[in-house]
Amino acid sequence: MLPWLTALFMVLLVYGLYGGLVLAPADYQQGDSFRIIYIHVPSAWMSLFVYMVMAISGAIGLVWHIKLAEIVSISSAGIGAAFTFIALVTGSLWGKPMWGTWWVWDARLTSELILLFLYMGVIGLYGAIEDKRTAARAVAILALVGVVNIPIIHYSVEWWNTLHQGATVAKFDKPSMHPDMLIPLLVMAMAFKVFYAIALLMRCRNEVLQREQNNRWVDEILEKL
Amino acid sequence: MSDFWHMGGYAFYVWTSYGICFVVLLMEIIKSLLLQKKIVRELALKRQRQQQVKPS
Repeated sequence: MLPWLTALFMVLLVYGLYGGLVLAPADYQQGDSFRIIYIHVPSAWMSLFVYMVMAISGAIGLVWHIKLAEIVSISSAGIGAAFTFIALVTGSLWGKPMWGTWWVWDARLTSELILLFLYMGVIGLYGAIEDKRTAARAVAILALVGVVNIPIIHYSVEWWNTLHQGATVAKFDKPSMHPDMLIPLLVMAMAFKVFYAIALLMRCRNEVLQREQNNRWVDEILEKL
Repeated sequence: MSDFWHMGGYAFYVWTSYGICFVVLLMEIIKSLLLQKKIVRELALKRQRQQQVKPS
């Protein structure tokens, strides 16, 4: 399945980048700097999406003791942290020319930073506990507590005054963006989602191999490699 | 073409963003590939050792 996903990812990436960097016209207020949106917004969306996957699969592992759910949960943490990091850094690089500052301690930025710390807490906690099944349970509880941060991030631009602009795409009336700009953004969001699937599969494969290394079927897989 | 790289004066911000994004995502994949190689190598070693023990 990985080769297919990789091919799909490349097609979406090339199409999204071409549409975003070449075809889309410059923004009338922000000029060409708005093009950062094509990686900033998808990675920010993914930082929330991956967190929900991590928390939900963590909960499933917690309740039904399904090993695969635990593995999906912990494998998501590193990927989610990477997306959150990208969202913060590109946001900063966008903020400097547009707001005149790299960083402000407002609701949106601070809650996204807390999300990064949550991911790092999950990774650290998982690494700190020797028994992997106990670790997975502890991590799932931490992840579930952190879910409270997700709606805060999403609604932070409405609840508090902030430099960050309000929602442009995810709102109930139609998105306030021209299709020439919007379509590449959605394509890039798809590309990032497929990337998550690829990275998740690779991480899960490693985690399963490590956990089940004494099983016979692992030997059979190794013979094929 | 040089207009494209110039990005209306925002070249530094735009290309640094894309560069960092690219590097972070690429590292994620490379890290997984390296780890997989390491696991497979270690498991192969382990199996060799087990086979050496058996005949005696």
